[in-house]
Amino acid sequence: MKQSLRFLVPAVLFAALVGFFVIGLHKDPSEIRSPLIGRPAPIFSLESLGDPAVRVGTADFTGRPWLLNVWATWCGGCRQEHEALLEIARENRVPMMGLDWRDERALALQWVAQLGNPYVSVAFDPEGRTAIDWGVYGAPETFLIGADGTVLHKQIGVMTPEIWRRDFLPLLSATGEGS
Amino acid sequence: MRSTWLLVSLLLAWALLASAGHAIDAERLEDPVLQQRYEHLTHELRCLVCQNETIADSNASLAADLRRELREMMKAGKSDAEIRTFLTERYGDFVLYLPPVTPRTWLLWAAPALLLLGGMVVAALVVRRRVRTARADPAALEEEPENL
Repeated sequence: MKQSLRFLVPAVLFAALVGFFVIGLHKDPSEIRSPLIGRPAPIFSLESLGDPAVRVGTADFTGRPWLLNVWATWCGGCRQEHEALLEIARENRVPMMGLDWRDERALALQWVAQLGNPYVSVAFDPEGRTAIDWGVYGAPETFLIGADGTVLHKQIGVMTPEIWRRDFLPLLSATGEGS
Repeated sequence: MRSTWLLVSLLLAWALLASAGHAIDAERLEDPVLQQRYEHLTHELRCLVCQNETIADSNASLAADLRRELREMMKAGKSDAEIRTFLTERYGDFVLYLPPVTPRTWLLWAAPALLLLGGMVVAALVVRRRVRTARADPAALEEEPENL
């Protein structure tokens, strides 16, 4: 075999391997793209956190965009992002619903009372059934649902003002904010 | 010799303990056929919270929820394929330990065969070269086997 080829082939293969590793290292394996993006939002109707007699759900937002924020009192990231959620609520551009996931009602009510309430309503999902329908696997997660009822975006992990401006606002402008 | 036996028995004991520690999932289905299907299916579905565990092995609360969901779907007469579809529609193909063959995964599935083929081609080339060298000069092979 030609001398140059003998060294070139392993070198190229090695470079390709290194390339794969570099790409792999810069990916976050805990962020799995949701298959729900671009599909109709899963319908639900659950007890309201504040009042078990009241039902809240997807039907409350027909014809306009909305946010669904999955949270729980046991979730550290949720406390971390709470200030950002309050800020988003203050902007008053799009209503945010909370999905209180696998939680205790008393603790969740105390949380909202103490830290402030960014939600127009909070659905209570103690058994995590609605969360499974939405493909939730770790709180916090935040979905943006368009005016036509399709899921436009899913943020996995803590929401920040930067992520809000970068990922959510452009989509929100595109879907028409209609109020 | 004695230490080898000690090592072997220790390993065996560890293996036994490991299998005994498997009882994360205490829930059972009454129908033994369903239970078998259930055990099989929970062992091929990934828990997305701790991604290197199946939902059968995981202590995560999400895994417990998914196991409950699986039991309920099985009792309702859903097939394995329907249950897999239910989960991939929500969590994506990543939830399956055996990813389906799609344009995105064909390289993954074909890689073992491709590597084997590549190895065979290289081996054939090397053998042919050696045969040729040996024919031209039988002594050369023994003198300098490195010179391919």
